[in-house]
Amino acid sequence: MNTELLGIITTYLITLLIGIPLGIYLAKVFAGEKVWTDFLLPIEKIIYRLSGIRQTEQMNWKQHMKAMLTINSVWLIYGFFVLINQDKLPLNPDGNPGQTPDLAFNTIISFVVNCNLQHYSGESGLTYFTQHFIIMFLQFVSAATGIASAVVLFKAFREKSVSQLGNFWEFFVKSITRLLLPLSIVVALILTFNGTPSSYEGKDQYISLQGDTIAVSRGPAAAMIAIKHLGTNGGGWFGVNSSHPLENPNYLTNMVELIAQVIIPIAMVIAFGYFIRRKKLGWIIFGVMTFGMLLLLIPTISSELGGSPAIAQLGVSQHTGAMEGKEVRFGPAASAYWSTVTTIISTGSVNSMHDSTMPLTGALQLLGMMINSFYGGCGVGILNYFIYLIIAVFISGLMVGRTPEFLGHKVEAREVKIAALITLLSPFLILAGTAAASYVFGNYGDADWAVKPANWLNNPGFHGFSEMLYEITSANANNGSGFEGLGDNNIFWNISSGIVLIFSRFLPIIGPIAIAGLLGQKKYIPESAGTLRADTITFGIMTLAVIVVLTALSYFPALALGPLAEYFTMLK
Amino acid sequence: MRTQSNQLFQPALVSAALKQSFIKLNPRSMIKNPVMFTVEIGTAVMLAVSVYSLTATGQGSFAYNATIFVLLLLTVLFANFAEALAEARGKAQADSLRKTREDTPAKFLTKDGKVELRSSNQLLKGDVFVCEEGDTIPTDGEIIEGIATIDESAITGESAPVIRESGGDKSSVTGGTKVLSDQIKVRVTTQPGESFLDKMIALVEGASRQKTPNEIALTILLASFTLVFIIVCISLKPFADYANTPITVAALISLFVCLIPTTIGGLLSAIGIAGMDRALRANVITKSGKAVETAGDIDTLLLDKTGTITIGNRKATRFYAAPGITEDHFVRSSLLASISDETPEGKSIVELANQILNQNTANLPDQSALTFVKFTAETRSSGVDLQDGTQIRKGASDSIRNIAVKAGNEFPESVGNDVTHISTNGGTPLVVSENSRILGVIELQDIIKPGIQERFERLRKMGVKTVMVTGDNPLTAKYIAEKAGVDDFIAEAKPEDKMNYIKHEQSLGKLVAMMGDGTNDAPALAQADVGVAMNSGTQAAKEAGNMVDLDNDPTKLIEIIEIGKQLLITRGTLTTFSIANDVAKYFAIVPALFIASIPALQGLNIMHLHSPESAILSAVIFNAIIIPFLIPLALKGVAYKPLGASALLRRNLLIYGLGGVIVPFIGIKAIDLLIAVFI
Repeated sequence: MNTELLGIITTYLITLLIGIPLGIYLAKVFAGEKVWTDFLLPIEKIIYRLSGIRQTEQMNWKQHMKAMLTINSVWLIYGFFVLINQDKLPLNPDGNPGQTPDLAFNTIISFVVNCNLQHYSGESGLTYFTQHFIIMFLQFVSAATGIASAVVLFKAFREKSVSQLGNFWEFFVKSITRLLLPLSIVVALILTFNGTPSSYEGKDQYISLQGDTIAVSRGPAAAMIAIKHLGTNGGGWFGVNSSHPLENPNYLTNMVELIAQVIIPIAMVIAFGYFIRRKKLGWIIFGVMTFGMLLLLIPTISSELGGSPAIAQLGVSQHTGAMEGKEVRFGPAASAYWSTVTTIISTGSVNSMHDSTMPLTGALQLLGMMINSFYGGCGVGILNYFIYLIIAVFISGLMVGRTPEFLGHKVEAREVKIAALITLLSPFLILAGTAAASYVFGNYGDADWAVKPANWLNNPGFHGFSEMLYEITSANANNGSGFEGLGDNNIFWNISSGIVLIFSRFLPIIGPIAIAGLLGQKKYIPESAGTLRADTITFGIMTLAVIVVLTALSYFPALALGPLAEYFTMLK
Repeated sequence: MRTQSNQLFQPALVSAALKQSFIKLNPRSMIKNPVMFTVEIGTAVMLAVSVYSLTATGQGSFAYNATIFVLLLLTVLFANFAEALAEARGKAQADSLRKTREDTPAKFLTKDGKVELRSSNQLLKGDVFVCEEGDTIPTDGEIIEGIATIDESAITGESAPVIRESGGDKSSVTGGTKVLSDQIKVRVTTQPGESFLDKMIALVEGASRQKTPNEIALTILLASFTLVFIIVCISLKPFADYANTPITVAALISLFVCLIPTTIGGLLSAIGIAGMDRALRANVITKSGKAVETAGDIDTLLLDKTGTITIGNRKATRFYAAPGITEDHFVRSSLLASISDETPEGKSIVELANQILNQNTANLPDQSALTFVKFTAETRSSGVDLQDGTQIRKGASDSIRNIAVKAGNEFPESVGNDVTHISTNGGTPLVVSENSRILGVIELQDIIKPGIQERFERLRKMGVKTVMVTGDNPLTAKYIAEKAGVDDFIAEAKPEDKMNYIKHEQSLGKLVAMMGDGTNDAPALAQADVGVAMNSGTQAAKEAGNMVDLDNDPTKLIEIIEIGKQLLITRGTLTTFSIANDVAKYFAIVPALFIASIPALQGLNIMHLHSPESAILSAVIFNAIIIPFLIPLALKGVAYKPLGASALLRRNLLIYGLGGVIVPFIGIKAIDLLIAVFI
């Protein structure tokens, strides 16, 4: 048990050891300062020339968002048609069929928006061609979209008053060449050497001890699993994601995958502080996020190590903790840590079945995704946090008797309006989506869909409610993990989660950048003793309070009817 | 004015406010406040449900529904009452000012010079009227002829009469004040109904009250919270259906009303009105609510030295004769140069000279034989020309030095030393010359107001930089600035220096406030973010500024800044309090909603409330009565303590954030215990 805890503590410390210097490095890369990876410059110049990018052209926030939306739309259309027709394309040794239009709609949106919600299984639902040129490609570019967008926000606060915020394409290309690609190569090599497949051949076969012939899917998986974590994408090569013995063979790969998914979100926070030359602000935000993570992590570990009360009532000893749905090679502590990490940042890969975790753990996983900014996804984590920060700035600014200001720029009605709208979006999507699902489940159980609504839920009652709530919450957080136990490959879930995905990806990127762009243009007001500084512990606590209270107020009834009702029923 | 009762709940005001609370139920006026408007809709729905439950079953008993209906109606009425009371107080304050000038008979002067009696209401802008001893001045105006002593106690509360005369910076008279002596001709400067006071009254009255940008931003935020809770409550219906838990309309609406920020929503406009009312109580008339808020943001404060930092005026304390000049000659010349100088400095020189010479001004040449040279900002000297052609000048050392040097005379070294000596000791040196020959230096000393250092210290803690504006030379200015504790000073200030300083600070992104009275202050008053004109000042100054101080008290700006800060703090803390309250309300209502069908959720009923009905009732009652409980706080404002921003945030977060979480737990539990007795 102690070694298990030691294992996750070590994992986290190594994450910091890599993530923090990486953040300082990223700040320099995007500020255009000299870094050792500058030897890649010629390659980038070739990319700029080939794609007709004038990387020195400055853009304001609107032009940035136009560029971001344009390229994302191109990927959407391209991916949708390739997925439908993948059976007619090469690199399909297993002869997998093309996707249905509603599944392709869901899949392509899900990967463009960095969510990686999968309503299919990689073994049968995709070909090597689409794994490579749709899935893996999007795992790179969607992560780069998030990072580039965050850099636009950084830019708005580096100088005292600016409207020109650098070039989107430059940030985007550099995110890949200077960060995602090199790290992916390292991670993919470690995985390959530990047994993750890297081959283009079709299914392998072996005969089990029982004498059954078993087909084993494989493929060029290691490369994809690397970027799946680094880019906080989470979509697995295999259906059961990182609990699959080939996707995550041993404890070492488990550590590597855990570290890989957290380093960039942490690095982006540190980079923010360094980039805008207010290191302390970066550290305070990092502190709040870490504290928030611990608030979710510690009860998760304790509830998983404690085992299930239902099994305890049967008189069965559970000295290893709750093991249902977990891999023996990882154990409950590393699985609990993974389940927290994958939900607070928007990876959504799993190394255990969240459906089988304790009800309290389920509530904490949901909370992690509802908040979605304790570190948060690649680039978008800090963008999500920024919205909470603006609300905190506004309320606390009033409390100290000054028109609220952030980093020397006045926060006025227009910025508050945008922040309020974005705050509103998540409860709206999550609650309306779950309400629609509950309604359909209750009133149209016999609808003639691929999976009848009445058969959606593996578990009736509160847990079934949690399954639906989880699915929509995961879509809204662009997380992509599934509680599973939900029959989700049908037109209702494909379309509803697809719509949720699109709104919950792009509005929370555009919102913070619009606010930052508007603030950045405003006159800079020097600090005085009456100015509320954002880089103090007090203000950090205020931001945390805003996050906790807003989330609790929005979701308490839903959580009460799902995991909390299950938890209290179980205790009885 | 000063004696006006500060009691919050005066019977007359309360009864007027009560009546208004019902009138304000009109949805057309309610819609301006989105939070309370949704409560009103909820109330209407509950009325329908109550009627429905008379005959049908399934929505709970009629008594229960009717109780919820009444409680929701009370919530709306309480919020309306808060706003109405704030308005009533503001109006009462303004009315008592206005009463002084209503229907005063005015001696209207017709074009052909005849005097006609008219009502003050009939006076139009540009009309001229006459006021004599004992008359009450009918309306605001500017003296165009004559000089008079005026009793302004009706406006300022100050009993000492003041002198007003045509021309210059003391030409403005206010309606309602009384002429004590002499006769003046006054030109009306405002249209009836458009005086500052009328504008102020409009600001505290609901109808024409414009929301300030900050208030708009907060309203948006509160509206979005309300929307979140609309979503929460609507989605709860299918959730509950899934869990096979029937939820009554009463429970759903109660949950909704308890969750939305009714506390701040109900008190928001009252807070805004009360802020202006507080300004009015400090005898400051503001032209917009925004100006009061802006005052809270001020970074830099420009203050005139005289009257603000130092008591009244400088006094002559010593004569330093130049080498080779007899003291007697020097003092006598100084006396001659000052004898018709009406400035306080001039008078003090005459006073001191008379003491030294031990004689009366009667021994001096006939005053009519003297030609006086007035002080101008350009020459920065004044003086007298005698009949024999002798020119005596006194003024700042560099301007007199210029005169001497131009004429080829030297500026004695010892005089230079005296000047430096006086300056470094905080005095003002006044050099006197006779026919361009230096006679000596007069020392003038300033007396710093007691207690002013503490006020500046307070301002520094608020983050406000204080700047002293003075005509003194840099050395004197520095000495006084250090002694008084101001952060910066503008020495040898000409009117455009003030303007330039303001523009410079503003270019750095700072907000600047200043106070002024003279016509040459008008451009700077207009340029400043908060310009406070003294009521005694010229019409131009009053038009240019965005506030008028009836007391003519230069330190008033400090009070105005605090009022502005208080206004924002009150809003912020009550918002925090309101949102923090929701935590407890959830723990009261959510278990109550589901406990019938999911008994396990009793685990969430951490307050151990008596029954689902009592839990919901307690939450709704708490939600309603917290509004009247907080009305005094909303009207008086949260106390402002200059602690520095972070400390202040910590303090308010602890009191209103943490307190806001804890108080409703206690309150709801107490109400529940009380209800349990009756059910």
